[in-house]
Amino acid sequence: MSTVGIHGASRPSIGRGFRLQWEAAQNAYVLLFPEGMIKLNGSAGEIMKRCTGESTVDEITADLERTFETSGLSGDVIAFVAMARGKQWLSVAL
Amino acid sequence: MTAVSAPPASPAAQPSPAAQPCPTAQPGAAAQPGAAVRPGPPLWLLLELTYRCPLHCAFCYNPTNFATSGPELGTEDWLRVLNEARALGSVQLGLSGGEPLSRDDLEPIVAEAHRLGFYTNLITSGVGLSETRLRALKGAGLDHIQLSFQDSTRQMNDFLSSTRTFDLKSKVAALIKQYEYPMVLNVVLHRLNIDHVEEILQMAERMGADYVELANTQFYGWAWHNRRHLMPSRAQVERAEEVTRRFRERQERPMRIFFVVPDYFEKRPKACMNGLGSIFLTVTPDGTALPCHAARMLPGLAFPNVKTSSLAHVWYESSGFTHFRGDAWMKEPCRSCPEKTRDFGGCRCQAYLLTGDAANADPVCDLSPHHHKVVDAALAAGQSGEKPLVFRSRANSSRLF
Repeated sequence: MSTVGIHGASRPSIGRGFRLQWEAAQNAYVLLFPEGMIKLNGSAGEIMKRCTGESTVDEITADLERTFETSGLSGDVIAFVAMARGKQWLSVAL
Repeated sequence: MTAVSAPPASPAAQPSPAAQPCPTAQPGAAAQPGAAVRPGPPLWLLLELTYRCPLHCAFCYNPTNFATSGPELGTEDWLRVLNEARALGSVQLGLSGGEPLSRDDLEPIVAEAHRLGFYTNLITSGVGLSETRLRALKGAGLDHIQLSFQDSTRQMNDFLSSTRTFDLKSKVAALIKQYEYPMVLNVVLHRLNIDHVEEILQMAERMGADYVELANTQFYGWAWHNRRHLMPSRAQVERAEEVTRRFRERQERPMRIFFVVPDYFEKRPKACMNGLGSIFLTVTPDGTALPCHAARMLPGLAFPNVKTSSLAHVWYESSGFTHFRGDAWMKEPCRSCPEKTRDFGGCRCQAYLLTGDAANADPVCDLSPHHHKVVDAALAAGQSGEKPLVFRSRANSSRLF
């Protein structure tokens, strides 16, 4: 998958026409769009909920590593953001 | 991650839930023999707010006897349904009919749905969508509008809907863009307009559509009654698919085109509703709760009314929702078929209409011993005989029953 154009200073936000929300009944974050829905797995949900347009990819990564007491997530976050941008779930200000 | 594709639902449009394969993977959705697994939530709620409609489309899936339906639910009833459904886990909301804009309480219904956290989809012919109403709906939190067209030209649109609405719809399409909604056009295809696919796609492009759903008619309700007029020939379908393919290749601006194939020409059935009672719940104008748009025809099942039954009872306990959930009801060839987890045996209503038994395999499947009935119906395309095309109207509904 191409991660071209996504780097630490990119600021991802939820794509136009999509809405992210927590669904207790599904115990998951879901991404809603016209007449459809994507149920996100745990890590996708944790990344997406931090994509507010305010934080950079580096800041999102640092927050995740702090929250889950781990390290080395940068590559995973960049790959996810690139994939999600490709599907228009995210738009990315570079 | 799990994609849940919507069972498209529209007044003009047909239920075409099999358009996209949908691995819902709701763990409880397929009941296992002996194991009482709680089904997943009714993720999709469709409210058919009214059977009133300014159009008279001959391919409408609404029941032909809608004129005998009881009085429409009041505003308070609809708001209660929204609250109960949301508590069960419903999240996608379709507002349909008939023409939902015929209800003057559409705005408060949308506002309550938005407050509850639904994603709200208005499925409309556009007739009645003034700028004042659109502004109010946007303010109430409406997320999305799907606009139906009957054809690419005024003459055909107006003939197929038995109205003069083409210019009005074109204005509404511009309004939808102006209010920054994605432009989603739905055109139901059949024998009388399928040869205009090229012109329909050009129209969509001119209007700046983001999505176009070319939904071949599925034969329920008025469409079933008129099927000999509406069934395309195989050659027409193949030509339309080819035109669509070529259009996709040379289109310049991004416009996603969904071509929903007519299942009478298929060898495998659609995964109708992802299996009855797995993700979809619809409420008809009089409050009857159904597991699909057309299920009221299925004999021997209880379809409770939301005026007297809770949605939890409807979803978890009523036979209308539990009987065809999972696969315990299946007969051969479905019962031992490895594909039953993919297509759930197809459409129960189609099985009932064509074979007389709703528990039979959908005869679209060429493993069904009744498959020849689908083939015969497809071959009978255009042989309308003496029966005229009957437009959907209250008067015709009363006359038929």
